[in-house]
Amino acid sequence: MNEFRTNIGGRIARDKPLQFSFNGQSYIGYEGDTLASALLANGVHFVARSYKYHRPRGIMSSGNEEASALVNVTRGKGRDDANTRATNLHLYEGLNAQSQHCWPSLDWDIGEVTRLAGPVFAAGFYYKTFMWPKSFWEKIYEPIIRKSAGLGSAPTLPDPDTYTARYAHCDILVVGAGPAGIVAALNASKDGVRVILCDEKDEFGGDLLSTPKVIIGGLDAWDWLEKSIAVLKSRPNVTLLPRTTGFGYYEQNMLGLAERLTDHLADLPVGMPRERLHKVRAKKVILATGAIERPLVFPGNDRPGIMLASAARTYLNRYGVKVGQRVLAVTSHDAAYQSAFDLAEAGCEVPAIIDVRAHIDQALLDLAKALNIEVLSAHTIVKTSGHKRVKSVHVASIEGKANTRVIPCDALLMSGGFTPSVHLFSQSRGKLKWDEKIGAAVPDVYVQNCISVGAANGEFSLHDVLNHTAPDQNVLEIDVQNDCPLGSGQNISQLPLAQKAKKHGGAFVDFQHDVVAKDIGLAVREGFHSIEHIKRYTTTGMATDQGKTSNINGVNIAADALNRPVADMGLTTFRPPYTPTTFGTLAGHSRGKFFDITRKSPTDDWASDYGAVFEPVGLWRRASYFPRANETKHQAIARECKATRASIGISDASTLGKIEVVGPDAAEFLNRFYTNPMLKLPVGRCRYVLALKEDGFIYDDGVIARLSETRFHVTTTTGGAARVFANMQDYLQTEWPELKVWLTSISEQWAVIALNGPNVRNLIAPFVKDIDLDKDNFPHMSIREGTIFDIPTRLFRVSFTGELGYEVNIPAANALEVWKRLMEAGEQYDITPYGVEALHYMRAEKGYIIVGKDSDGTQTPEDMGMEWAIGKKKPDFIGKRSLTRPDMLLPDRPQFVGLMAHDPQVVLEEGAQIVGEQKGQTFPKMIGHITSSYMSAPLGHSIAFGMVAGGLGRIGDDVFIPMPDMTHRVKIVDPVFYDPEGKRLND
Amino acid sequence: MTRFSFPSLVRHAFGGDKGWDQQWAKPEPKASYDVIIIGAGGHGLAAAYYLAKEHNITNVAVLEKGWLGGGNTARNTTVIRSNYLYDESANLYNHALCLWEGLSQELNYNLMFSQRGVMMLAHSEHEVQLYKRHVHANRLNGVDNEWLNVEQAKDFCPPLNISPDVRYPVMGAALQRRGGTARHDGVAWGYARGASTRGVHIIENCEVLGINRHADGSVSGVETSRGTIGASKIAISAAAHSSQLMNMAGLDVPLECFTLQALVSEPVAPVFPCVIASNTVHAYISQSDKGELVIGAGTEQYVSYAQRGPLHTVEHTLAAICEMFPMFTRMKMLRNWGGCVDVTPDRSPILGKTPIQGLYLNAGWGTGGFKATPGAGHLLAHTIAKDAPHEINAPFSLSRFQTGRLIDEAAAAAVAH
Amino acid sequence: MLLIDCPYCEQERAEIEFTCSGEAHMQKPQNADDAQWEKFLFLRANTKGVHYERWYHVHGCGRYFNAARDTISDKFLLTYKAGLPKPELPNE
Repeated sequence: MNEFRTNIGGRIARDKPLQFSFNGQSYIGYEGDTLASALLANGVHFVARSYKYHRPRGIMSSGNEEASALVNVTRGKGRDDANTRATNLHLYEGLNAQSQHCWPSLDWDIGEVTRLAGPVFAAGFYYKTFMWPKSFWEKIYEPIIRKSAGLGSAPTLPDPDTYTARYAHCDILVVGAGPAGIVAALNASKDGVRVILCDEKDEFGGDLLSTPKVIIGGLDAWDWLEKSIAVLKSRPNVTLLPRTTGFGYYEQNMLGLAERLTDHLADLPVGMPRERLHKVRAKKVILATGAIERPLVFPGNDRPGIMLASAARTYLNRYGVKVGQRVLAVTSHDAAYQSAFDLAEAGCEVPAIIDVRAHIDQALLDLAKALNIEVLSAHTIVKTSGHKRVKSVHVASIEGKANTRVIPCDALLMSGGFTPSVHLFSQSRGKLKWDEKIGAAVPDVYVQNCISVGAANGEFSLHDVLNHTAPDQNVLEIDVQNDCPLGSGQNISQLPLAQKAKKHGGAFVDFQHDVVAKDIGLAVREGFHSIEHIKRYTTTGMATDQGKTSNINGVNIAADALNRPVADMGLTTFRPPYTPTTFGTLAGHSRGKFFDITRKSPTDDWASDYGAVFEPVGLWRRASYFPRANETKHQAIARECKATRASIGISDASTLGKIEVVGPDAAEFLNRFYTNPMLKLPVGRCRYVLALKEDGFIYDDGVIARLSETRFHVTTTTGGAARVFANMQDYLQTEWPELKVWLTSISEQWAVIALNGPNVRNLIAPFVKDIDLDKDNFPHMSIREGTIFDIPTRLFRVSFTGELGYEVNIPAANALEVWKRLMEAGEQYDITPYGVEALHYMRAEKGYIIVGKDSDGTQTPEDMGMEWAIGKKKPDFIGKRSLTRPDMLLPDRPQFVGLMAHDPQVVLEEGAQIVGEQKGQTFPKMIGHITSSYMSAPLGHSIAFGMVAGGLGRIGDDVFIPMPDMTHRVKIVDPVFYDPEGKRLND
Repeated sequence: MTRFSFPSLVRHAFGGDKGWDQQWAKPEPKASYDVIIIGAGGHGLAAAYYLAKEHNITNVAVLEKGWLGGGNTARNTTVIRSNYLYDESANLYNHALCLWEGLSQELNYNLMFSQRGVMMLAHSEHEVQLYKRHVHANRLNGVDNEWLNVEQAKDFCPPLNISPDVRYPVMGAALQRRGGTARHDGVAWGYARGASTRGVHIIENCEVLGINRHADGSVSGVETSRGTIGASKIAISAAAHSSQLMNMAGLDVPLECFTLQALVSEPVAPVFPCVIASNTVHAYISQSDKGELVIGAGTEQYVSYAQRGPLHTVEHTLAAICEMFPMFTRMKMLRNWGGCVDVTPDRSPILGKTPIQGLYLNAGWGTGGFKATPGAGHLLAHTIAKDAPHEINAPFSLSRFQTGRLIDEAAAAAVAH
Repeated sequence: MLLIDCPYCEQERAEIEFTCSGEAHMQKPQNADDAQWEKFLFLRANTKGVHYERWYHVHGCGRYFNAARDTISDKFLLTYKAGLPKPELPNE
């Protein structure tokens, strides 16, 4: 047992020693310690270097508000955690932590030289320099600034851990399991409603864990705690979540809780996620988030060994650790006395309590006297000394008498009062009001179903907390003894005389960002008067502790500098998260294949076995091509095209969107929805259609087949299926509710096998029943219903390749079977599977556009040369009116044309720009761009499509494609390159 | 006004920093000005600065409802680039980029403009084609933008995951090396200081409550929370408040406001060398000089002035970031906030005259306003001074929505097939 | 995440089941001139305060309905079926 660990007491398991390492040195702590308490027990205060000046820093708190003691934790490959608060890190066997932001070591940190030039690094200094010479910024200044910033280091290896998330709904969510939260949960859960109680700490109890002498209802605090938690545990309607931080309060009582599942364990259980996000929707929220003690601002207030008074008490009573042998306290509040008394009773030397107040409660003075503690009332600290640990403080009367007294010490406790933790309340959009009595903002107007209780509500007496938390409950008054209310005292931020004593080191407001009181003064002098401006200019409260200890002092000092009441200053906005939350927790299991769904067609597995290369199309994946051994992509595509044009190609087109439109007004509906005339489409026939938005631009195309007078089978693009269906629903439900039409998405029900090539009819004829395949009776752009392999089919005769084509629609469940039988039967015809790429080549040869590739959302049908698709006699259709807006009628709009390079072997680059002149200006005027471009094997030359300004009137003209290496001359041509008469597909 | 320099910094520092002036003056509003600019964000302050500097119009007031630079200037993720597709957009944003390049020196205020390169990832054949189209168009417009294959993209940004075994593998990227980031607050403060030095009145905590007009319809001034202020020229440069201000003048505008969220991580040592944006997975990321990873999400779907967004958007954005950079799962989100972006139907801004004589509008910058700050201010100043748009902003007129001559970069990125 | 009361399902469901379809009560004009047509296509109320808008219960009943929502707090004041006139708002 070393000199800083008490012999008895605390909640640590003294029979479970744990070995751990800090900066390479081995230490012993106990189960129940945090890294901070274990280090303090070993006499280690100096654990970190500050951000800007690299000043030695210690452990200043015992909780999440810690601004200084940030360490890196190493747990093996890929498990480095930077900026971990030592005060919140549960100790485990083998824990390995290091200081960060120092080089070569914590003790000898070269960064400390910045201290010499300290005054130059005042607030906002970087806005005023590093500008000359201009070229130095990127090469010299900025890299230095970046290198010197940053605290810890990001991991460089992928994280082996996993993360998970769940929704959790409850009637009442209680955030914070201190006495207020526990009583609230006890009361709330009595009648069986679902209650969740969470707390960021490993153990429930909050401040009670640090005040074992308190008696509640006749029980010792810890016994009361144990009993209360046992009651909660016994209730099936209660969920207890320790190590779970309520980090965000969102709209309509949705809160985000981050639960840490493994960070406290020495051995990581295989398969257990590291953290879990709970997305809680609560009918009511009870915020019992406590309060945070306020540091005091005085010269040299940042030395290792100087800490919050409540933290010292926590270390003593909860962890059995004396934070020093000779401890002083400086305070404006009564609460610090109890810490000093506890330490004195534990055997620490406590020479003095320095209190800025002139009048102090006599009971406290008596107690101090009994413990031989001198109380220096109306005194202040003007200086501290000790580089790597505080050695002494210089005490003076607040009247500023010259004679100061030097009191040696190895720890100094400070307390400027308590600030309610209103972060979550404020995130809930509740309005705060300034409470002069406690010198802090407290909840005022609630906008969600939520209440704040206990210290979070500015209620600091345990008796009141326990008895007021459930005012509607008819319970007997809970008796509390030995409590030391946190609330009584004088609310100050800066110690008297602190400003005058500026020569003796900084008086720190934001310990992590090294913002000192005079930085705030400077900001105010420079015209930064809004609290947001002051925050941003000085960076107060923007460090990883998010200003939990610095914001309140910053606003007080700013109010002083501006000579304005602090209540008028306003507060900077509290934003989520309450404490930093890992990306992993928020990303949850949405990683890898779960990042987004992958839709697969019925033949996906078959294609995969067949060696297909896939490509994403919207959420789908589609076979791109089917390379055979040693084939390149282009060889495979060329072979697939050739085989299709020569005999039969087979392709899975199931990804196409399909909508069944049924009802007496179905034809009228489609007539209004699409540009094409639909009323007179005969039963059994198909029509290619265009869909416009009201702005007149094409957003989808497809084929409509009329199955009966009142039933249509409509196809859409793959990516556009959901949008078209939503749009149809929209118009049907809201614009034309009088139409009797029913819409059903049948994309998943019907699989589509596209068969193309001159031998297709011969292939299917033996297997098709109830359909006359005769080319005159079942012509191109028709549909018939019957069976294939005795499976019901909607057989489309359509072609997107220019060959004789059928699209075999069969129920998706039968698709793989039909596909395999067609493959088998097609062997004699050398049937060849082709992918999306070959399809794109073949459709381009035929001059068919792909919406979204050749058109991009800014084209009208006329722009695409598809005026023929517009039913001009129709009274209206979606987008019609827009087609006559002035700009739509201009002759120089980009129009869809075919392009042929003069060098037939040149395949132009898709996306390349088109200009009208070969030579001329450095930046020639662009008149269009290439939308599709391929080497056509059957044609023996390259082909391309493009959008060219006024292109339809320029067929036969030459235009130019200026590429970085050379300029290509191309001719504008008709976009139909293959079988322009359509003999093949009509065959 | 003290000139900022290293010597002046040292001199003041060892004099206890007592000698610095206010960076911008805090005058009481006068009864009237030649020009009133509503909105003291980066754009409005820049416009005031250029009015004074380039057009010698110094009797100018910039009215701000809250604290200057406190709207979208303070909330954006500071990405700067100009590799837009259409000539009009490329000209507009490149005008701004050229101004950015000397701005710290011109304003004597270090804006920490860092040309770290902006890389836009392509995750599909469609995006490959789209970004190549950008690269070619930019080259012919004199805007730098280059195509990188997957390995080149990885070389430029080593943390990037280029595994083909992810849901949306990277297939290449368009890189604008001149793109980068700047210190957003500094831009507002630098312009405020520059404008104030030249005599412009910047009046904070002054909310405009009405726009007054002469009998002939032209503007005569504004009603504010600090009284009536006269002016014959009024420019609205108020982002999400533009609709309400234009309504005060009796005009409807094609704008809708949506929430856009952003977040930063805890600061870490330099790990991320550039800016990366991905449209497919909806996220973009860079690292600030301070070491924070700065991450932006996509916009929400409904009109909102709440300036905060839902948790599920943050979840999605960080999932996307962790997909692209799997080592970042243990990084921690430090702050998450929402802004309110005003969006036009074609997602391009409106910068020009309005049907009301003497009333000018600069709005609709959507998610891209910060990068345009110097350019927007410069062009707005020109438009006000000459009562006519500059040729660069002429296409961005309010009237284009009637004629249909939209500048729709987003539609050009539309996916169907 | 918002909770939205679908007037057809008569249930409060999570926002991710819905998509917002923009301002409600827009009337498509007949024989519109260019200015009227611009208004229909592009000019929106963009209200700061109570905003009438359309929502689509895409991952639910598939119905379009209307809502009055406060765009400052994002809170839904009420939802109602498509085709009904703008309702009186409950006093708050």
